[in-house]
Amino acid sequence: MSAFATLTLPKPWRRKNSVIPGFGLSMGVTLTLLSLIVLIPLASVLLILKNYSLADFWRVITDSQTVATYRVSFTCALIATTVNVVFGVLLAWILTRYRFPGRRIMDGLIELPFALPTAVAGIALTTLYGTHGWIGSLFDKIDIKISYTQIGITLAMIFIGIPFVVRSIQPVLEKLDGQYEEAAAMLGASRIRIFCRIIFPEILPATLAGFGLAFARSIGEYGSVVFIAGNIPYQTQITPLIIMLKLENFDYLAATSIALVMIVFAFVVLFGINILQAKVLRIAGGAT
Amino acid sequence: MNIKTLFTGKALALAASFFSLIAALVLLIAPIDALADSKSISLTNVSYDPTRELYEQYNKLFRAYWKKTKGQEVEIHQSHGGSGKQSRSVQEGNEADVVTLALEGDVDKLRKAGLIDPGWVKKLDKNSSPYTSTIVFLVRKGNPKNIKDWDDIAKPGVEVITPDPKSSGGAQWNFLAAWAFSNKRTNGDEAKNKEFVKAIYRNVTVLDSGARGSTITFVENRKGDVLLAWENEAFLVQKEHPGAFEIIVPSLSILAQPSVAVVDTYARKHKTEEVAKAYLQYLYSDEAQRLQGKNFYRPSNPEILKEFKSTFNLNVQLVNIEADFGGWDAATAKFFAEGAIFDQIYKK
Repeated sequence: MSAFATLTLPKPWRRKNSVIPGFGLSMGVTLTLLSLIVLIPLASVLLILKNYSLADFWRVITDSQTVATYRVSFTCALIATTVNVVFGVLLAWILTRYRFPGRRIMDGLIELPFALPTAVAGIALTTLYGTHGWIGSLFDKIDIKISYTQIGITLAMIFIGIPFVVRSIQPVLEKLDGQYEEAAAMLGASRIRIFCRIIFPEILPATLAGFGLAFARSIGEYGSVVFIAGNIPYQTQITPLIIMLKLENFDYLAATSIALVMIVFAFVVLFGINILQAKVLRIAGGAT
Repeated sequence: MNIKTLFTGKALALAASFFSLIAALVLLIAPIDALADSKSISLTNVSYDPTRELYEQYNKLFRAYWKKTKGQEVEIHQSHGGSGKQSRSVQEGNEADVVTLALEGDVDKLRKAGLIDPGWVKKLDKNSSPYTSTIVFLVRKGNPKNIKDWDDIAKPGVEVITPDPKSSGGAQWNFLAAWAFSNKRTNGDEAKNKEFVKAIYRNVTVLDSGARGSTITFVENRKGDVLLAWENEAFLVQKEHPGAFEIIVPSLSILAQPSVAVVDTYARKHKTEEVAKAYLQYLYSDEAQRLQGKNFYRPSNPEILKEFKSTFNLNVQLVNIEADFGGWDAATAKFFAEGAIFDQIYKK
């Protein structure tokens, strides 16, 4: 730290002791890649729409069937992500705070939804939770149907979202200094109080980040959800699916319009979460 | 751990061996395609959902035929999926030499995109439909819901499985067959027909994107009481699950004419025009027609169709897309376009 402070830095972005040499080169490579892979494809969405009148655009994105898909996608994603946050915190807690046989395997399993082709997950979930599947048949007895309903969609979203939450929280929990908890316990704080006042504020920014990622992923998820969603208009049709249906009917403009709505929404969610996170970090950092 | 220790010793060795393992795996898989004999010619057939089994067998037959007549090996790549989706994939650059799709309309979209030369329908016999099929009901053993005809599946409490007409060719035939049944009974009362199809689609609990998806939902996931299926698909299910399902042929159905065509632009580009044309032409040969019959497609050759009269119900009244619906363009505009009848029956 002291060596760092004594360095003379005429321009902060020309740091001499950076790990990767050449800020100009690395920034150039970064911008090129970012443009080719993210920015240009996203901008092309706007380009496709340039011949579309505003009235048509508005008609397509506010069509009652399309609006129903937003409702299905967003409510299912919200429920799934809330569930994921609760269980994700719990999972991360168990994985970092306890040592038990099979912990490493469990730790590895968390990432499986990242690696597994989503279609495989979708088919497995659908079979398992269908009215004749192992788990589905139990629920069928009490007249709860899971596959091909919104419950099924939520379930698939929980599946694909969980690693985002766990992997966001885990490193923070690992780095959390046990001394604060010990001090709080010595001062007579109850366990619940310690969690609420010491641990939770520390992991809150990471939890928010996990929430944002898992939520955005759930809304965009297509592969696993289509298998378990019944695709009935107004009931179990998700937004990515209606985009696919428009494409299959060669209605590129309508598909792109709805895609734009999703892009804007995903951006707003992620941006909002980032701002919130920055605020929380400032408070946690003692800026008040 | 700082950067220096990360890139030294064990960690580096471990990382290097991990990446070389992946690289080795990739190299192992990659060159298989390149090993193919340079003397052989390769052909890509983009087809719709239920034809997997048919073309698997037909490709063997054709390979033997081509080897015998031309002395050349031909390697055939198959691709299957919802008919509409497949047509779009070709349009977006999946360079098929031939397409064998569920709907004339899906092939014609490629003509509109400039990939197939005009007049393709007349280039082959029987309007480029070497085999036909129809729409039947597949029900579970013993027919517990006592389904006999179209009005039985419109009754409340019957769970119907059919794909989404927005993405599946088979689903459009299903919809049109139901409409034709109602239309005959109501003498063309559109409002009543709409009510009838609405009642059927209210019973639909899963709208998969392709016919095979619906079959899996019904057969493997055991969802629903009745599957509206291609006749060939229904027979195939029966063959694979003997005794578990029954085929019900309704009093009226539709003559489904899947269409085949050479994708001229890509065939010219790949220099496969000759073999592509022969590939489709050979579908009309007696051996191929028999093979289609064995795979439960109705051969277009009436003589060979007769050989299969114990398999197919030849008495079912079949309406026809040209005569009864004024062709695909008219039917699409009226039923399946944006905001047309199919969309209306779901609007609240």
